[in-house]
Amino acid sequence: MSASLIAASVIAPANPIYRARRRTNFILLTVSALALAFGLFWLAWILGTLLYEGGYALARAALYYEMTPPPGADGGLANAIGGSLVMVAVGTLVGTPVGILAGTYLAEYGRGGWLSGATRFLNDVLLSAPSIVIGLFVYSIYVARVGHFSAWAGSFALALLVIPVVVRTTDDMLKLVPGSLREAAMALGCPMWKMILTVTYRSARTGILTGILLAIARISGETAPLLFTALNNQFWSTNLNAPMANLPVVIFQFAMSPYENWHRLAWGGAALITLAVLVLNIVARALFHKTD
Amino acid sequence: MPAATLNAVRENQASALAQAPGPRQLRSAPWKDVAFEWLTRLFALLVFSLLAGILLTLLAGSQLTLQKYGFSFIWSDAWDPVQEDFGALVPIFGTLVTSAIAMVVGVPVSFGIALFLTELSPAWLKRPLGTAIELLAAIPSIIYGMWGLFVFVPLFQTHVQPMLIAAFSGLPLAGALFAGPPIGIGMLTAGLILSIMVIPFITAVMRDVFELVPAMLKESAYGLGATTWEVVWRVVLPYTKVGVIGGIMLGLGRALGETMAVTFVIGNAQRLAASLMAPGNSIASALANEFTEAVGDLYFSALIELGLILFLITTIVLALSKLLLMQLAKSEGRRT
Repeated sequence: MSASLIAASVIAPANPIYRARRRTNFILLTVSALALAFGLFWLAWILGTLLYEGGYALARAALYYEMTPPPGADGGLANAIGGSLVMVAVGTLVGTPVGILAGTYLAEYGRGGWLSGATRFLNDVLLSAPSIVIGLFVYSIYVARVGHFSAWAGSFALALLVIPVVVRTTDDMLKLVPGSLREAAMALGCPMWKMILTVTYRSARTGILTGILLAIARISGETAPLLFTALNNQFWSTNLNAPMANLPVVIFQFAMSPYENWHRLAWGGAALITLAVLVLNIVARALFHKTD
Repeated sequence: MPAATLNAVRENQASALAQAPGPRQLRSAPWKDVAFEWLTRLFALLVFSLLAGILLTLLAGSQLTLQKYGFSFIWSDAWDPVQEDFGALVPIFGTLVTSAIAMVVGVPVSFGIALFLTELSPAWLKRPLGTAIELLAAIPSIIYGMWGLFVFVPLFQTHVQPMLIAAFSGLPLAGALFAGPPIGIGMLTAGLILSIMVIPFITAVMRDVFELVPAMLKESAYGLGATTWEVVWRVVLPYTKVGVIGGIMLGLGRALGETMAVTFVIGNAQRLAASLMAPGNSIASALANEFTEAVGDLYFSALIELGLILFLITTIVLALSKLLLMQLAKSEGRRT
């Protein structure tokens, strides 16, 4: 009897309490769908604005070969693009090996030890630490000592942001490598260092690469740590020991200025950075899912 | 066999091996192993000491103000570079208020998104929708700031703020929060933009911990006739509450330290205002705006102490978040 009652209540809920519960359920699930729409709405709005405002600037070839102009004149972002590429490259080249080696220790040597536990914890804190504090740190230990802003300092600050990302992914990816692979290599008489270099690194390769790509994506748009380190430069410079122009700081200065032509260039730079970062993110994800 | 003989035999074997013509790999030197292990350990130590290094550097850099003001630096609202009198109250207040707004808006939205992605979304939509939300985190913060200043602020000023003022300014207590002219920029705007920026972080953690709930638990609740909402609210959420709080703390840590987006829209006014519409200042935006233009040792020291305060607050919040998430991971499997 009770079974048929339940069945009846499911098909046509006569019970007012159950009806109210179903109504609450419907309302709140709709709200949840609206929350998702809310999130996607901002993404679409921001990307749409960037394409609309930056599209024209991006299509102008001069953007890529002319230097940042004085107010009121036409120009491009060549020095900023070049500077950003140089500093991101140096930051990645310095930060990646450090991150991979530290991550290797966490996953391969230090399993269960106090050092790896504590380092993993601190690294996760570092991962989300405000980047402006990293900028202050590099300013205090390097720029203030040397007495001038430089691209080296900027790259160094970016490297400090790369390290935690790479440590985290290297550690995670190496832990995914099955222990039997390691044992097989060791049983053949392979020393541990060679086992790590030729067996575990090789099987975790795409995962580690994903981490590096995500780290590059993260530092490409970082502004705060560069404000106090690389500063800016109106001209093309390849001297790493001097201030160097870079896209984020140029965008910041140009957007905050009252000049219309600077605003247009800032939009162009913003669209350029966002495109690059989104492409890097999507490539990293695609790469990672292919191996899954 | 006595030990001495054993050693002799070993040495013999070793020298025989060394002389034997064979693959090089067999004679691989043990020092390489030790060297590689120490190399990796060295870099792990470097990462390990980085946070402490940052803390010590900031402490050393803020010596002057630490000595001059002591703890009173935190609750003084002075900020006068000309008279050289500094206090951190206004930026601390701005940082806390904007982050609080970000949490009030961002947490329910993230919960809704995580709920949709784990319980409602069809399987084929899960990945594209999840990726789209995660891309919100990929957009650099300066883009949020620029978009906020040029696109969001004008619309907010002309359409939303007058409505808010009309609706709330008459109320006895809440009225003070919405007092003042609609100028577009200010703490409310900064908080709203921050809330969009923290959504992907909180959502990602919530999604991950929701996936941890054993299917058996949820099915039992469904079997008893619970609706989807009741399963989420009474089963999933209680089971994962530690992780959910951890995710919220992670978002809070991000919001507290966010610099560029806030710098564009907060207004950079060095004064304390009860109204959320009023311009204010946050620690990070004070640093971004004033650091390169600061003159005088005391001014520098005050700014570095601001950085120190920000670093301490975010480190504590992030460490708590990490501890909570670790606790959930540890108890995973024990509870069924």
